[in-house]
Amino acid sequence: MPNAHLTDVSLRAPAKVRGLPNRAGIGLKSQHVAEIIETLPELGFFEVHAENYMVAGGPFHHFLQQIRQHYPLSIHGVGLSIGGVDPLDTAHLQRLQILLERYQPESFSEHLAWSSHGQNYFNDLLPVAYDAATLDRVCAHVDQVQSLLKRQILLENPSTYVEFADSSLTEPQFISAIIQRTGCGLLLDVNNVYVSATNHNWDAQQYIDALPLHAVREIHLAGFSEDLDSLGSRLLIDAHGSAVDQAVWTLYADVLQRLGPVPTLIERDDDVPALQHLLAEADIAEQHLQHAAAARKQACR
Amino acid sequence: MSNQTTFSQALLNPEQPCPDGLRSWNGSDPAQRFAIYRNNVTRSLIDALADTFPVVAELVGADFFNLLAHSYIQHSPPTSRLLVEYGETFADFIQGFAPAASVPYLADVARLEFARVRAYHSADITALTPVAIAEVIGQPEHLANMTFALHPSVQIVHSRFAHVSIWAAHQGTHDLAAVDSQCAETALILRNRLIVEVMAIQPADAAFISALQQGQPFAKAAELAMDVVAEFNLSPPLAHLINTAVIVGYAYPGASLGNNHV
Repeated sequence: MPNAHLTDVSLRAPAKVRGLPNRAGIGLKSQHVAEIIETLPELGFFEVHAENYMVAGGPFHHFLQQIRQHYPLSIHGVGLSIGGVDPLDTAHLQRLQILLERYQPESFSEHLAWSSHGQNYFNDLLPVAYDAATLDRVCAHVDQVQSLLKRQILLENPSTYVEFADSSLTEPQFISAIIQRTGCGLLLDVNNVYVSATNHNWDAQQYIDALPLHAVREIHLAGFSEDLDSLGSRLLIDAHGSAVDQAVWTLYADVLQRLGPVPTLIERDDDVPALQHLLAEADIAEQHLQHAAAARKQACR
Repeated sequence: MSNQTTFSQALLNPEQPCPDGLRSWNGSDPAQRFAIYRNNVTRSLIDALADTFPVVAELVGADFFNLLAHSYIQHSPPTSRLLVEYGETFADFIQGFAPAASVPYLADVARLEFARVRAYHSADITALTPVAIAEVIGQPEHLANMTFALHPSVQIVHSRFAHVSIWAAHQGTHDLAAVDSQCAETALILRNRLIVEVMAIQPADAAFISALQQGQPFAKAAELAMDVVAEFNLSPPLAHLINTAVIVGYAYPGASLGNNHV
């Protein structure tokens, strides 16, 4: 049963609404909105960035309300700065609360990262050191968000380009501890796993094995761009500007084999192609999901 | 000082060294890896500015816009987590940016573009219907002292240059070569239901609309417009406000506040 662990994990933050379906979804891009409303493509869900909808009114809300009537919705935040040393921005939390009240999304997720410091907002997901002090801080922030929103949130594993000499835990150990202490869910970004594993010479399979996979509620897939470090080793950048790489599809198939079907998002934020291209990528994910569901059924017989 | 403080300072200032305490698995240069973050921050903010100011970007070309936007980001990095709010002071920055001095209308085009983004995301408030407005205006005993509430998308941007015509030329509706940039124009920006509209209006019309927006009574607003041009005719600007659905309420002394009759 896919929900076998739900009661353990969500004790402290019960979800108000049902989760996303175990199907493929895509990120909602403003250039596709009219076509989506007109054609209502067959799709499991849409995901939007929370901050884009923290505006008073206008076309963004007008169209999202229409789309919301036809599809499950995931709201994905990039601005909370959960990994930041500063206290969470209460005005931002309040805006978030209003947004979630309005759209009642099946899922809300954020990042294991920081994006602001002092007065400045950086619009990027910046890395944290994996030590005891950071763990306490991140857990306190997740607790604060979950108790305010009265729901379980999902936290996404990061893609990183540097490691901190001060880190005393591995990334999977750090993520496991957050999930254990706060009861939040895991948004497993398989592209981020591949990017970080390449950039830090980790074994991606071992990394995934070390995560609390029972807590995975959603998977993200995206494309990366490629660079070299100063010694000529591969350095991957989480660019969201190209199709999902074959290596990431392979890792994804492996994750599904272990987990069964999980709601899966195709992310694209740069060089956004025609809607058909994203739907075709979602279709590949959908085939993996159906395969995983069939395999699961077979195993239960 | 937290490592996030030094990290932040180095992100925004390329002259700051790479923060201490970073490492890589193979001993490769952490500074090069850190530069990816610096580049991501800068690139994403330049892209955000290009989204808000597409005509400014077209007017100066990609290379110059990158330089301009990069300088602005270092001077005024975002303080809001909402990128749609970023760039409020971009026009003022352009005005003081010496390399842009040869494009004297650039700052006013930026003001117009920022007003468009504001209008696009402004609150949804249902307008009075033309029938309701006709009824209201048909009370001559109250009209002179009546005040009107305008939709929050309504903004007026004055320029010593032809910023509206220059902007319109980049929407494919005007020929840029035919625009005399030295002619002063006044822009009226508003959102008509879901569509943001930009039009050049007469200075007297702008005085009338601004006065209404500031809560001046109808007669006083017309008087202020006549101070600009004695033969001011209030019918065209009033009809425009009605037709674009931006009159959202009215009030007059002795009456309870009228709203949009929803």
